[in-house]
Amino acid sequence: MSATPDSPTRNGDVAATAAKGPQDESARIAELARATASGGSPMAQPAEEPTFGEGIRAYITRLKGGDIGALPAALGLVVLFVLFAALRPDTFLTPINIANLMVQASSIIVLAMGLTFVLLLGDIDLSAGVAGGASAAVMALVMNDAGLGWYLSIPAALLTGLAFGTLIGMFVARVGIPSFVVTLAFFLGIQGITLWLIGEGGTIPVRDQVVVNIANGNVPVGLGWVFAVLAAAAYALITLGRWNSQRRRGLNRDNFILVVLRVVGVAVVLLGLTAVLSQNRARVPGIELAGVPYSVPIIGVLLVLLSIVLGRTAYGRHVYAVGGNAEAARRAGINVTRIRISVFMIGSTLAAFSGIIEASRLNSVAPGSGGGNTLLLGVGAAVIGGTSLFGGKGKVTNAVIGGLVIATITNGLGLMGQRAFVNFLVTGAVLLLAAAVDAISRRRRASASS
Amino acid sequence: MQGTNPPTATGGAPLLSLRGIDKSFGPVQVLHGVDLDVRAGEVTALVGDNGAGKSTLVKCIAGIYTTDAGEYFFEGRRVQVHGPRDTAELGIEVVYQDLALCDNLDIVQNMFLGREEKKGVLLDEPTMEEMARQTLASLSVRTVRSVRQLVSSLSGGQRQTVAIAKAVLWNSKVVLLDEPTAALGVAQTRQVLDLVRRLADNGLGVVLISHNLNDVFEVADNITALYLGRAAATVRTKDVTSSQVVELITAGRSGDMGIIDTSATAAV
Repeated sequence: MSATPDSPTRNGDVAATAAKGPQDESARIAELARATASGGSPMAQPAEEPTFGEGIRAYITRLKGGDIGALPAALGLVVLFVLFAALRPDTFLTPINIANLMVQASSIIVLAMGLTFVLLLGDIDLSAGVAGGASAAVMALVMNDAGLGWYLSIPAALLTGLAFGTLIGMFVARVGIPSFVVTLAFFLGIQGITLWLIGEGGTIPVRDQVVVNIANGNVPVGLGWVFAVLAAAAYALITLGRWNSQRRRGLNRDNFILVVLRVVGVAVVLLGLTAVLSQNRARVPGIELAGVPYSVPIIGVLLVLLSIVLGRTAYGRHVYAVGGNAEAARRAGINVTRIRISVFMIGSTLAAFSGIIEASRLNSVAPGSGGGNTLLLGVGAAVIGGTSLFGGKGKVTNAVIGGLVIATITNGLGLMGQRAFVNFLVTGAVLLLAAAVDAISRRRRASASS
Repeated sequence: MQGTNPPTATGGAPLLSLRGIDKSFGPVQVLHGVDLDVRAGEVTALVGDNGAGKSTLVKCIAGIYTTDAGEYFFEGRRVQVHGPRDTAELGIEVVYQDLALCDNLDIVQNMFLGREEKKGVLLDEPTMEEMARQTLASLSVRTVRSVRQLVSSLSGGQRQTVAIAKAVLWNSKVVLLDEPTAALGVAQTRQVLDLVRRLADNGLGVVLISHNLNDVFEVADNITALYLGRAAATVRTKDVTSSQVVELITAGRSGDMGIIDTSATAAV
């Protein structure tokens, strides 16, 4: 921690410098002068912008310290795309398959977004999948039996999810039962409710055009472009505006080039995806099938909204705090019980939304909806994306990237004609791998801090 | 012990005064008529053996425990303290031994936890970062590089620094530090003691709870020794030697200082 006279001291220590002998005398004097003039703290001067190299090195240091985030998932996604594109060049990278992939990923992503909130507290919701199924059943019944439109049946489904989540949260936070046990009980109970609602062996068709369009309809091509350009421009404006305000006020900020690269990256992804999905992908000549599936902008809106909630509101900050150190949060005056209940409410409501998307994709709700491996795919998506099972670490973006990884595996293996057992084996192995990465990076974080 | 007299003391009016504090847990009386004065600009060390009542006294000051008897004066006014919120409003902050920081949040986020600055519904990060930087600068903190580091990446001394900075962020007037150097190495202890001294130099009243007499003699202006739940003596640091303080801690008295009535200690 020595200070050299020409480089602005960031970590200077008068005592340490003084001990180093006469050759450092001038450095010591310079340091003392700075210390007396400005209070001696680097905080008294405006923060400097890191150089490009420093920005990269800081990122690598973070990775080595166990803060790997969504990097493995993003790399994995690239590897999977390259792999499947090489193995199935005729089918995998076609617009129709990309559109399919997006729709397949949608319900997993929304489920994983909800689970992210629960996982951030170090809890788990094993009932999220079946809660989605039961909520979709409620929606279908409200539409078919009661004859009401989507504007009432979708809110009814979301409220069903909210009710499940509230109950789970109460049992976990107020009664004090571990979330694993509470949600295991709900996993069984909710399946019973779905079975009772639908009846054994029955299937309820979903015919409401708005609901069907969520997964099966496409945004008109022109409108899709408008959305994509607006979203990319808004992201660029907000990001650059924030960076500029940080610079003006002398606050910590990223290297400008890195910020620009991020803005460009987001724009490329948004516009590239829109370009691919705007091509006519009808297999039959003479029919026009083009445009971004509605579920994609829906996920985009959810991503922005939930990211703001987690990253930019006091509520989100408190969720992270409770997940990181509940005792510290309690002493800071945060109502830990209320936060714990709220994450289950959010989780189950988003699970209900995921169930609606799945019902839309399949045009029906069955007693088994949301059962099977639905939940594990959701948890897998969140964890593969980099959300920690141990709480306190994770983002909504991770759910999107992880959901895409899971859907790509399913989709690619399907194209290769692999049988279901391979799919199960591979997905299970990927989940295990992601959880192992999570556990190991957590250990690194712990050892880095000691 | 004269319970009702207003605090009289040498060296200016105390910021915080306790007079005749009693505290029992069931049949066990932990504090017996303890007096304590904390003055602005001074470090008051609270020393005592294990079980002498240091932590209980701190929790009484912080409002976590209610006292059974005794009076609580703040800035010369008698105040009623019913809970931690009351003392926080008075400007009393406690830095506990386990620090209570969230590893997964950065320094700014920890310093403002539970009291975030907002612009509408959204967090006002620039303002919070500015205030955190100003606070660290006012304490001449030289060991923290960036306020946007995660707390998990900080050393023990840096964590202690963040916890103390968090306590002074809210224009607090009295800061209580519970064993701030207990888990630290030599260099980090040095940094934290410097910081403790600067708190007092910035005009705060500082209470330092410590087992380490070297630390106490280095930074404290006054020493209050607790012995079996009684304030054995309050002395100016410059008037006493280390061995006298050790006697006060272990026997409750040293020469003409300390508890004269030994029968009182026998009752415990």
